[in-house]
Amino acid sequence: MRRREFLTLPAASLGGALFYTLAGEPLRLEAQTGDIQVPLRFFTAAEARVVQAACDRIFPSDESGPGATEAGVVIYIDRQLAGPYGRDKCRYTKGPFVDSVPEHGYQGKDSPREIYRSGIKGLGNFADLAAAERDQRLRAIEKTAFFRMLRQHTIEGMFSDPLHGGNANMIGWQLIGYPGPVMSYRDEIDKLRGEAFERKPRSLAQIVGHPVVGWEEEKD
Amino acid sequence: MQRLKPVDVVIAGGGFVGLTLAKEITKRTSLSVVVLERGQPRKTSDYAAGMDELDYALRFRMMQNLSEETTTHRHSSKESAVPIRQYGSFQPGTGVGGAGEHWGAISYRFYPENFRLASFLREKHGNRLPDGLAVQDWGFSWEEIEPYYYQAEQLIGVGGKAGNLKGKTVDGGNVFEGTRSHEYPLPPHRMSYATTLFEKAVRELGYHPYPVPTATLSRDYTNPDGVSRAACAYCGYCTRYGCMIGAKAQPTNVLMPVLAKRKNFSLRTGCSVRRIVHNNGKAEGFSYIDAAGNEFLQPADIVIVASWTLNNSRLLMLSKAGEPYDPATGKGTLGRNLTHQVSQSTRVFLDKPLNLFMGAGGLGMCISDFDGKEGVDGFPGVLRGGNIRLMTTGEGPIGGFGAVPPGEAEQEWGSAWKKAALRWHDRAATINTEAEHMAYRQNYVDLDPTYTDKYGDPLMRMTLDWTAHERSQGAMVAKIQAQIAKAMNGRAAPPNSRLLEKYTVTQYQSTHVNGGAIMGTSPENSVVNSWMQHWKMPNLWVVGGSAFPQNGSGNPTLTILAVTLRAADALIDRYMKHPGGLA
Repeated sequence: MRRREFLTLPAASLGGALFYTLAGEPLRLEAQTGDIQVPLRFFTAAEARVVQAACDRIFPSDESGPGATEAGVVIYIDRQLAGPYGRDKCRYTKGPFVDSVPEHGYQGKDSPREIYRSGIKGLGNFADLAAAERDQRLRAIEKTAFFRMLRQHTIEGMFSDPLHGGNANMIGWQLIGYPGPVMSYRDEIDKLRGEAFERKPRSLAQIVGHPVVGWEEEKD
Repeated sequence: MQRLKPVDVVIAGGGFVGLTLAKEITKRTSLSVVVLERGQPRKTSDYAAGMDELDYALRFRMMQNLSEETTTHRHSSKESAVPIRQYGSFQPGTGVGGAGEHWGAISYRFYPENFRLASFLREKHGNRLPDGLAVQDWGFSWEEIEPYYYQAEQLIGVGGKAGNLKGKTVDGGNVFEGTRSHEYPLPPHRMSYATTLFEKAVRELGYHPYPVPTATLSRDYTNPDGVSRAACAYCGYCTRYGCMIGAKAQPTNVLMPVLAKRKNFSLRTGCSVRRIVHNNGKAEGFSYIDAAGNEFLQPADIVIVASWTLNNSRLLMLSKAGEPYDPATGKGTLGRNLTHQVSQSTRVFLDKPLNLFMGAGGLGMCISDFDGKEGVDGFPGVLRGGNIRLMTTGEGPIGGFGAVPPGEAEQEWGSAWKKAALRWHDRAATINTEAEHMAYRQNYVDLDPTYTDKYGDPLMRMTLDWTAHERSQGAMVAKIQAQIAKAMNGRAAPPNSRLLEKYTVTQYQSTHVNGGAIMGTSPENSVVNSWMQHWKMPNLWVVGGSAFPQNGSGNPTLTILAVTLRAADALIDRYMKHPGGLA
């Protein structure tokens, strides 16, 4: 059994502290104080720091709004990798493994877990670097399967339902004005003529009235 | 292997085709019907908690598990194939309802000449046809299939507007369509803002817009079987999801409510059919393996293969039921005429919120001015065209994020990209096209010599690539799409021109893969006759998109249903009375 690893985050950084109003203006609520500890399922604490630092460069927290750190993207990725997706439960993984043309996509043997593990190793002391140096290092790996995955997973962690561990407090949905799953737009479908539908987002669990379990919770 | 008690009819596959046949047979006869479905049971109430983009649209929770079985691909018979390891240019389903649960419900008819394409092209072009063209006539006429199209539209509740009603041209419908005997069972949907912008633009350009026909119900509807379903709520969780209110026609909400009451019907889930057992030109039944790993032989008088396209051909090949096609000699029929569809799309960036998360499968407007035989003569090298449409089918926040107009961001990550992506989020609609894919001698399926499924059986191998004709089709529609984008006052991101350079398995195109066990006019050119009956084994029927000699431009499900209903009539009214080969 693996040693329990935790990601330590300042409480003020995650989700709850920073809200986006429907008008698109950032609004800082009363900051929570102290640190929170998130138990990790796949990453070591050191790996999580690297991934968090990388995601933060892909989708930064900046003047256009909150980013991967506030959304808890690293928590999302940790859960995905720990679950069936991370171990390639639905990918065809029989050999022989042969290189082919780009039109055939990723043909490798490594699962997302393995791609991350070696990709993180390749980033070395990334978490200790300044922003410009981090960007330089990411640019150097832009074409790799690891980076493509990291970028895609960052977007997923920003905008997937919070049941998956990212999009903390629906901060990603607030950022883009997405209302969450809504059961009916019968009254709106042909009425809005270039005006945004504005509604405080609600998660799937809030909509259906009970917790919803993601695929990542499925046991081996 | 345990030999089970014989039944009258056994069907492999519990999707639209298998369950439609089961419904017709159990309604009109007292014969016992058993459907074997490899996946799990499903029902409408399973789907409310399924409004989750990540698990359904990105992790494909409703699709065939590729770790157990996939398809291999190569571009030509000179290469060796590699497996499609992850989704994917097409997305087969599994479980009760099959891909009919997660489909988009778009329900076009094909054009009259699609069913006699070889004759049509010969009449029009003589011998000036592309090398290797292998298109064929289907073996029935428009007049023969039209009543079944209408039956299929009533069954699933298609909404739309006729453009050719009993020979009379009707403005606002598809004026280029084949003659309809009836108006659509339901009116079109109310239209979203983005689709009205498209409609206005194409009208100004002199084209003929019409509502995309769809089986996401525009009104509450009760079909001729007495099955009632609620009107669509435009929630946008449609394609790749199951419908939580049953508004999108799915086998579980259209066919299972009827079948559940039939005493002569039974459905066995978790049962993978592995072979058609046959002797001396007669099918004896299916051998299958259940979820616990037990193997059975289910004997039956009538044996029906009704799984997804490529799985139909694969089961025939694994069972040695037919002569495999050899592209070098042109001999053999099983595996020939593999087709997909020619997809192209242009993103149009508009400067207003479009609320693209609202929508429904098939909610949109379309033009067919460059579809079928229309409009193609001005484009060198194009024999057949495609539809051009703008639909708002429901765009999720993950899939919809990150598109920016060309030149707005240098790289696809970081502050500048984020700022541009947020600026343009929900402001990019998509004009898309599906064009006819004709059959060629070099495109076919056979059993892969290397890769196997979870049972150790060879995977299906696709040998498929685009030709100059598809690239010309792509160039034609890209030009028209750009023209429309401009007329919409939008900034356009043109289609990915590489998509038609070489067939690519990494980008979704459509699940409209067809052919492999095609119908035709004689045993020399086809596996089944036009009633889906195997030429060599009269009690074996192979039904589905596998039987299409070539593909149309419209989404094929409605045509598959029409062909299935026609097969049901032949099977019940003729074959059951006088078993033997139908002529």
